[in-house]
Amino acid sequence: MSAASAHSVVESKPWTRHLAGGVVILYALITILPLVWILMTSFKTPPDSISYPPKVIFEPSLEGYVNLFTTRTRQTPEYMASLPPPENWVERLVRDRNMVIAGPSKFGERFLNSVIIGFGSTFLSVFLGTLAAYAFSRFKVPLKDDLMFFILSTRMMPPIAVAIPIFLMYRTLGLSDTHLGMILLYTAVNVSLAVWLLKGFIDEIPREYEEAALIDGYTRLQAFVKVVLPQAATGIAATAIFCLIFAWNEYAFALLLTSGTAQTAPPFIPTIIGEGGLDWPAVAAGATLFLIPIVVFTIVLRKHLLRGITFGAVRK
Amino acid sequence: MAEVQLQGVTKRFGDLTAVEGMDLTVADGEFVVLLGPTGAGKTTTLRLVAGLEKADEGSIHIGGQDVTGAPPTVRDVSFVFQQYSLYPHLTVYDNLAFPLRSPVRRVPEEQIRQRVTEIAEMLRIPGKLANKATQLSGGEMQRVAIGRALVRAPQIYLMDEPLSSLDAKLRAEMRVELKRIQKELGATLLYVTHDQIEAMTMANRIGVIDHGRLIQVGAPRTIYEEPDNVYVATRLGQPAINLIPRDLLPAGSLPAAAATIGARTEHIRIRKADTGSAQGRVQWIEHLGDQNHLHVTVGERKITTLVEPDSPLEVDDQVTLELINPLYFDSAGARVRA
Repeated sequence: MSAASAHSVVESKPWTRHLAGGVVILYALITILPLVWILMTSFKTPPDSISYPPKVIFEPSLEGYVNLFTTRTRQTPEYMASLPPPENWVERLVRDRNMVIAGPSKFGERFLNSVIIGFGSTFLSVFLGTLAAYAFSRFKVPLKDDLMFFILSTRMMPPIAVAIPIFLMYRTLGLSDTHLGMILLYTAVNVSLAVWLLKGFIDEIPREYEEAALIDGYTRLQAFVKVVLPQAATGIAATAIFCLIFAWNEYAFALLLTSGTAQTAPPFIPTIIGEGGLDWPAVAAGATLFLIPIVVFTIVLRKHLLRGITFGAVRK
Repeated sequence: MAEVQLQGVTKRFGDLTAVEGMDLTVADGEFVVLLGPTGAGKTTTLRLVAGLEKADEGSIHIGGQDVTGAPPTVRDVSFVFQQYSLYPHLTVYDNLAFPLRSPVRRVPEEQIRQRVTEIAEMLRIPGKLANKATQLSGGEMQRVAIGRALVRAPQIYLMDEPLSSLDAKLRAEMRVELKRIQKELGATLLYVTHDQIEAMTMANRIGVIDHGRLIQVGAPRTIYEEPDNVYVATRLGQPAINLIPRDLLPAGSLPAAAATIGARTEHIRIRKADTGSAQGRVQWIEHLGDQNHLHVTVGERKITTLVEPDSPLEVDDQVTLELINPLYFDSAGARVRA
């Protein structure tokens, strides 16, 4: 594809490229705008956050973040006057609203729950998915096609359609509001995606590599670990991102099945409604912090992802 | 190194019989080449010896031990695949060290380095050890792939068309090199190819294979000069042997059973015809530099032969052809000895 081949089928004309670029930028603006809005709101004061017309230029404040991580009580002006001077900027910020800090909020815990459940189920889905995909790809499995279809069929309805049976089942088994219960649930949903995606990737890896390793004196498992896994890394990374995004963002089951110890961040964030009005900056701060792990995870794996989302169409 | 023995080995894939009743012994230190077209069962035979496929019938012995049902790991063979031979995620050094680092061998790292360096020098790639396997040229990759096999001393080396992906010049070099290395090591080697030149130049013995059956086994010269049937005769020789009906050319006294005459270029003497005695006409001459391929039509038939580059023959010349000690085959294609 030299520059000389002006009418090459592969190389597009400049104006189509500009048009394509324009569409991408427009799309990016549309999708990024709500995120920018949330990020801005998280740094506003509550009055600024609900002012009309909306303030684009404003004085940033950490009040939203302070409110996110604390619980506060409103006090009488007499009581406030009787207090010793505030020890730090956090206390000062809270007292300006005639409130005192009563203790830490549950956001930290809920966030940690999300991390444990999200990454736990992602690891389990990818782990099981890789092994199953390898078996489906390499071995004679009886009824292979039917089994693959069955695995896919578990995704043919929205998972929430089985919410009631799962709710009852979990209550009987004592899995309601437990980390294990949520990890198992998200794994069950994700593992079918993982098997299908990874089977495609593993099918692309020539068998000769493993056969060479077998002949060189490695067992099947050793060959799998030393030869197949490194070459499936791209597929594993892409699959992990898809699984994590689902588990991380899942709201309905989390709302239904968790309330205390295992509650994840998504059902928790809307409950951050402050004293005397809706505390939008705190909600926005929660949403902002909630976005960070998935962004970091995606950036870390992005070089795999870019190749991975072509679903193994490009030969390595 | 050890003797490898296949006895009555049969392998089926569903309805297809890939290898049928294969009897073959590769002696200790011998270089045996299996020659045959694509799909003849050559690769399956190698994979059976390696243990990558399980034989449906028959037995395989390596060094006197029955390994018919044994997994590849315990057979102690090494294998050069036709392609995909290097691990793309490893460096050349790690690729070469891979077989030595196997848990069944536990070679100390110091010894591995020594061996890998030795092999790299033997294959003339010492400067490439730190490269990723994907950063090599085709020829270098193939040498590393062969090196991966040579790095340890197995019972037998199995090679599946290891030179097929190389260009002609490199292939010629590698042929010589591989033969030299095999001689130096006294290695037992079972080698598979569809290239008759590789078979002729490297083999101690050639096994001609077709449709999963071993048709004839013998020294290259024997296979070339004394083929048992038409099939073997057509596998070897460049240009290919001319198969002509018995009455086409005068050939003196023919054996009664001979239906077809196999005439290689050395069996044909060609002269410019005197007036009225012509049997054929020169249709086309291919100038190859050191020799010329001469395409002659005799009636409806085409005959291809070689002439010296300084031959006075030209296109449209009338010629007479004389057969000298050609090969005779009966109507079923079996050899008829004069």
